[in-house]
Amino acid sequence: MLPYIARRLLYAIPTLIGVTFVIFISVRLIPGDPAVAIAGERATPQLIAQVRQELGLDQPLLIQYGRFMVKLVQGDLGTSLRTRLPVAPEVWRRLKQTLLLATVSLVLASAVGMFLGIVSATRPYSVWDNAGMVVALLGVSTPVFWLGLMLILLFSVELPKALGLNQPIFPPTGSGTWKHVVMPAITLAAYSTGIIARMTRSSMLDVVAQDYIRTARAKGLSERVITYRHALRNALVPVITVQGLQFGTLLGGAVLTESVFAWPGLGRYLVDAIFQRDYPVVQAVILVIAIGFIIINLVVDLLYALVDPRIRYG
Amino acid sequence: MAKELHVLIDQAPAAPVGPGTVRTLWKRFVRRPAALFGLVIVTLFLATAVAAPYLAPYDPNDADFFRARQGPSKDHWLGTDELGRDVLSRLLYGARISLRIGLIAVAIGVGAGVPLGLVAGYYGRGVDNLIMRLVDIMLSFPSVLLAIGLVAILGPGLNNAIIAVGVVAIPVYIRQVRASVLGVKEMEFVAAARAAGASDARIMLVHVLPQCISPILVQSSLQIASAILSAAGLGFLGLGAPADVPEWGTMLANGRQYVFSAPHLTMFPGLAIMLVVMGFNLLGDGLRDALDPRMRGR
Repeated sequence: MLPYIARRLLYAIPTLIGVTFVIFISVRLIPGDPAVAIAGERATPQLIAQVRQELGLDQPLLIQYGRFMVKLVQGDLGTSLRTRLPVAPEVWRRLKQTLLLATVSLVLASAVGMFLGIVSATRPYSVWDNAGMVVALLGVSTPVFWLGLMLILLFSVELPKALGLNQPIFPPTGSGTWKHVVMPAITLAAYSTGIIARMTRSSMLDVVAQDYIRTARAKGLSERVITYRHALRNALVPVITVQGLQFGTLLGGAVLTESVFAWPGLGRYLVDAIFQRDYPVVQAVILVIAIGFIIINLVVDLLYALVDPRIRYG
Repeated sequence: MAKELHVLIDQAPAAPVGPGTVRTLWKRFVRRPAALFGLVIVTLFLATAVAAPYLAPYDPNDADFFRARQGPSKDHWLGTDELGRDVLSRLLYGARISLRIGLIAVAIGVGAGVPLGLVAGYYGRGVDNLIMRLVDIMLSFPSVLLAIGLVAILGPGLNNAIIAVGVVAIPVYIRQVRASVLGVKEMEFVAAARAAGASDARIMLVHVLPQCISPILVQSSLQIASAILSAAGLGFLGLGAPADVPEWGTMLANGRQYVFSAPHLTMFPGLAIMLVVMGFNLLGDGLRDALDPRMRGR
């Protein structure tokens, strides 16, 4: 197992360097001179040159990238053009909020998705199967931002009105209590629920066709034992991968969900920064999510190898 | 010798989509009601996009402040928006924009992804390594984030949103085509073609590519769905089409501030997106089942 972990860690390094380099170059491709942005439109050429020197923008690109990486490793994500404050503390604060939302969503999506998948796979081509797969299809086809708005309409307006309540069942915006998490988490989880349900079903159907399931049945084991002890365990291997990948997707999808519910996470921070042309913030947020995604992929690969020994030795 | 080689080449598995196989495929396809339902939705969507000027009861940009934000009525089946424009007419015209988004995005993905995937899979080694590391980098970004990042660089706007959504699809095609090529290039008919003196380009285009068509076809249907969904998301964030364009995501964003007083402004564009995305997803699933019976129901 150790050589495998070492190999996977080594593989991740070029990707990390590539990702940081791509982000570094891309942000510099954005039209407009950051020195002018900081010094102000009416600054004298001398002042702009001075700012450029202070920022190190007069240095060759590779040296700039080197400095950028040194700072990154030290946890310095730059300074916001708008607030003139360091970006890192704000990013960490918001990352916690996004992670909270993504984690709750992943748990929800896994529970519901796996349930639907198992129900469908154990009764293939039945009404239950069809119903489960329709729900999964709706999950992958519904725009998250729209689902969010419809939930707000339902739980904050229509249902309270119908029940004669004076306040919304779940608050439409903000954060702080568990009630604030409910609607954003359901919204964000919908897509992943669909993916996990489909994956669980197809993986279960694959496993059920295997010889050892026939053997288990021939031994006279009950369907219940066969399903849960023999089939599900092996069917879960690919499902774990999908769950890991979905966590990354949730981090990205959070941008839209946070925007609907005014959730104070990374996604909203990013969108606001794009509109304010606050490029250090854009760079920092994309960087943090991409690095997070790489780490998650790595962890999934390792988990996968832990669950399925064939991968380690293959 | 040469003749024998040609016999071998002729024994190559039939390209999955040939004239003789279409009927069999169709039979397998229509056996699944869900696939057929998807086809009906997609056909209706295409017809709407083409015939929007004839179907729309009003000019989609015809504003009238005196009838702003009215609910559905006999005159305006789906109500009017914040500027008093007919929601139904805007949705019908919006189908054209969504179709454009889906087709151009997939064209970008296929146009760049398929050649790169072919080359990576066929030549292997250094070229493969280089291309696949680039794919790894692109896939290190969650797709929504990659699209948003690209729009941040290119600047907001419908065309840039389409480009961003298309670029996001490129690594998906590279991976898929590469995987197909790896399986096909070891087959005897490829070796035979090589022995007969065919050039690499000829082998890739004439012998290998046709074997990869069916997964590309399936992927494209699913990719149109995700392109429409992503572009609508960009529109919703204000990074896509400008506010006056009847793009569904943008319409939703405009109606959002009236979600309590005029919910029809958000409800209908969302339903339209969902229906079309569902149609392409079902079509893609159906195509996959029909083209590859082993994958039935997966």
